[in-house]
Amino acid sequence: MMSATKKSILRRAAPLFAAAALLLCSRAYAQEGPDALVKRVSEEVLQIVKTDPKVQAGDRERIREVIDTKLAPHFDFERMTALAVGRGWRQATPEQQKQLVEQFRTLLARTYSNAFVQYKDQTISYKPLRADAGATDVQVRTEIIRPGQNPVQIDYSLTKKGNEWKAYDVIVGGVSLVTNYRDEFNAQIQNGGIDGLIKSLQAKNAGPAPPAPTVK
Amino acid sequence: MTRSMRRSAIALFAASVLGGCAAAPSRDDPFEPMNRASYAVHEVVDGYDVKPVAQAYDDYAPKLVQTGIRNFFGNIDDFFSFINDMLQNKPDKAGNDLGRVIANTGFGLLGLIDIASDAGIPKGNEDFGQTFGYWGIPQGPYLFIPVLGPTTVRDGTGLIARAYASPLSYVIVDVPTRNILYGVGFVDLRAQYLETDRLVDQAAIDKYTFIRRSYLQRREYLVYDGRPPPPKEED
Repeated sequence: MMSATKKSILRRAAPLFAAAALLLCSRAYAQEGPDALVKRVSEEVLQIVKTDPKVQAGDRERIREVIDTKLAPHFDFERMTALAVGRGWRQATPEQQKQLVEQFRTLLARTYSNAFVQYKDQTISYKPLRADAGATDVQVRTEIIRPGQNPVQIDYSLTKKGNEWKAYDVIVGGVSLVTNYRDEFNAQIQNGGIDGLIKSLQAKNAGPAPPAPTVK
Repeated sequence: MTRSMRRSAIALFAASVLGGCAAAPSRDDPFEPMNRASYAVHEVVDGYDVKPVAQAYDDYAPKLVQTGIRNFFGNIDDFFSFINDMLQNKPDKAGNDLGRVIANTGFGLLGLIDIASDAGIPKGNEDFGQTFGYWGIPQGPYLFIPVLGPTTVRDGTGLIARAYASPLSYVIVDVPTRNILYGVGFVDLRAQYLETDRLVDQAAIDKYTFIRRSYLQRREYLVYDGRPPPPKEED
């Protein structure tokens, strides 16, 4: 039989146990390395591309949903935008920064959704991670293999944010997304300031949706 | 091209040279006004003449024919890749590329079938521009050539070196036949960039700048065989 004091101790300790359990769980989650994260997310998305009839039919809403729920949570859009804007970032007001992030994120999602269905027949090969155990900034290398075509290298730059790894750049065949936009954004800022850049991003995002990609 | 289109291309060229002056000079692209003008002409010529042909080829030519043509020219690429592997003292890659040429020429119907890839021998994809880069020659000014697309002084020199070597001219003596073959090869090459076109259309605010940065990054990556030095922090 348990005495009253013991019971009350247990009752008082219960939240502590719960907290400890949670902590352990999040530890286990955090131990998913950057390479494992890239692999898990890529395979998840690839599986959807290969099996979801709506995605295969080019249903934009569904594709956007997949991008927003499966991919976007693993990207650090603020860092991406800051890197792409470059020097101008620090001159921008917090409100301007917020708008830049939002517009850049939309542009990337739109671009990516267009390229989405073209990768139906692909398989991905994951290169072994080359990084120190304590590294907080790594590059995960993958290769897209498509039948009858040259393989395409896709590398992800990730940084550790708290307990989670977040991607801040995607490098396709050596072409860094972030670096690629830097020239463009600089030119826009020189011509029309930060607001000019925001305006051209808005105009680009408000433009007509690109023609539906053809699936072969 | 009709006369009016040609006239509008010239007008575009003139307008762009003038308009381009406002653009900030870039270290990689000192000839930006001229290049932008070339790009404007390219957009007209490519859009009216080249791209539709490539699109039709992509849509209607049987897949098997397209693959055969791509492999045939890929085989010639492999031969040049072998030469450039040697020039860069990369014996492993040289072995692969020479093996590919021998296998595909000998057993793959003169290169129409890429049996080497099926056997898992990787393509080297080296060219003269990369060799010059490997030797330490800087890329030089960026150039945009109408119809041919983006290049640099270094890479363009490499392309000329390759065109001069032209192994097909030794194999196929009949000039009209050879020219038809070159034409087909060009259309096939253009068709391979249709997918990229769509991406650039969607992604870029200013296509000229976007293409320039992509091209220069890609070439840098190739020169260093996929391990380029980290980019210098912008000042």
